[in-house]
Amino acid sequence: MLCDDCRDKEAEVHLTSIEADEMRSLHLCVSCAAGRGISAEDTKTDTEATPPLVDFLAQLGASGPRTPVPDSSEPCPFCGTSATDFRKAGRVGCSQCYVHFENQLRSLLRRIHGSSHHAGKLYLSQASDITDRLGQISSMRRRMKRAIETEDFEAAAELRDRIHEMEVQE
Amino acid sequence: MIQSGVAVADRGLDWIRGGGEAEIVLSSRVRVARNLQGFPFPGRAGAEERADVVERIRAAADRAKSLDGGYFWDVDSLDPVDREILVERHLISRDLLADRMGPSSAALALASDTSCGVMVNEEDHLRLQALAGGLALDSAWRQVDRLDEEIGALLPLAFHHQFGFLTACPTNVGTGLRASVLIHLPGLVLTKEISKVLEGISQVGLTYRGLYGEGSEVVGNFFQVSNQTTLGKTEEDLIDHLERVTCKVIEYERGARSVLLTEAPSVLEDKVWRAYGILRTARSLGLGEMMNLLSGVRLGVSLKLLKSPRVETLNEVLVRGQLAHLELAAGASLGEQEADLCRATYVRDKLATDERDAGQAPADGSSDTTAADSPPSGG
Repeated sequence: MLCDDCRDKEAEVHLTSIEADEMRSLHLCVSCAAGRGISAEDTKTDTEATPPLVDFLAQLGASGPRTPVPDSSEPCPFCGTSATDFRKAGRVGCSQCYVHFENQLRSLLRRIHGSSHHAGKLYLSQASDITDRLGQISSMRRRMKRAIETEDFEAAAELRDRIHEMEVQE
Repeated sequence: MIQSGVAVADRGLDWIRGGGEAEIVLSSRVRVARNLQGFPFPGRAGAEERADVVERIRAAADRAKSLDGGYFWDVDSLDPVDREILVERHLISRDLLADRMGPSSAALALASDTSCGVMVNEEDHLRLQALAGGLALDSAWRQVDRLDEEIGALLPLAFHHQFGFLTACPTNVGTGLRASVLIHLPGLVLTKEISKVLEGISQVGLTYRGLYGEGSEVVGNFFQVSNQTTLGKTEEDLIDHLERVTCKVIEYERGARSVLLTEAPSVLEDKVWRAYGILRTARSLGLGEMMNLLSGVRLGVSLKLLKSPRVETLNEVLVRGQLAHLELAAGASLGEQEADLCRATYVRDKLATDERDAGQAPADGSSDTTAADSPPSGG
């Protein structure tokens, strides 16, 4: 098998990755792999018979750039709330705690609410992107429909104007 | 513009005039919990941060259209009786007054018609709330929603793309919305159907408690029913669900009342008139006793066994028969016994006035308010 990058040398490094829920395989020669910062030693995938899952798991263990997972045994870096504080008081200390203790909170929220996904109003901060804004427009449309149903025409007109304003901005 | 430092006076009592289903549903309340970005939540914040949060919210309240012409009170600088008055009117929670080291930096903003407001630095930086008489969840939600939009445009709020609005307690996260109705269910209590209904309420994701909120005992057959979860559903779904269940409970309550009227009319009538008689003539009245008797009278008014008092008067007595309100009226702090005397006098007076207006035969057999009915000095 030839290298996917240079199409010249024999591929000796075989990588499998999951991107956007899709499995991708990459076969590289040693020099092209080195160019991508991958050493053949690290991947240990010098036979084509190696199952892709092993590659995947091996890749998980390999170092590389990825989002740092907060170590929740440490207190929240913003407000200093520790996991013990949280367990004791049943309250978190700040909005950063939701990022810091995300994993524990996600399962807790599922137990409390039967869900861990917000379905209500969206809030648009300054740093929001187009997806957020489109989401907010659809949430406002839903509320406008509701205002019409309940004959609150003043609120409906206000929402209509705001939706229009946001659509013009897009 | 909002005004600071004005007297609390009668503000925040508009709900007592009632609304739809007012004989059974006393009031509807909707609140949403919100926090500011970049500040620890109040329980974790230092005194300076808490004070800073109050100032930012005061500035936003000053510009919010819904609060135009309204009021702003720093809870720390309020007279202790006024503070208690706000608690008794359910405008601030007792937690807001919890003993802290140093100033609590808690505050309350209220719209000019006092139908909606903002509690500042309770468990969360902001608790936006609306209170309406009778069953009016939808209009209460619309008011809160509007206020939320206004405040959210003026202050950056803590929001997570997946978890929604972030709150100190994970039980409030997501919509941050708690909608509740204060509902009077003597028929279901007397027919012993209440436990089945309450069990049903719990099974459909709602919860109930007493008149004074979390952990409080149920007195006078008044139940506060609210949504239990806040995440994973839209605000409208939560409101609709509570409204639908409330309507069902009202239907059961009406059913129970008609069973009582058909099967035990004299027992029911006796109960109602005894309650009225005691309230109308007693010289000393404890708070719990007053609540239980008001329940009997409310049932009698609703079933037209009594011509008076009006539902509005009954609502008002529920509020003004509490300790801080009696102290405010008396202009002095009251011991338990004195409070019971003042309460009895106040209730007798209120019922006598409505009785005269309605032309109802007085319960005490006298032709009109007797000399003994006039309030003792200080009452």
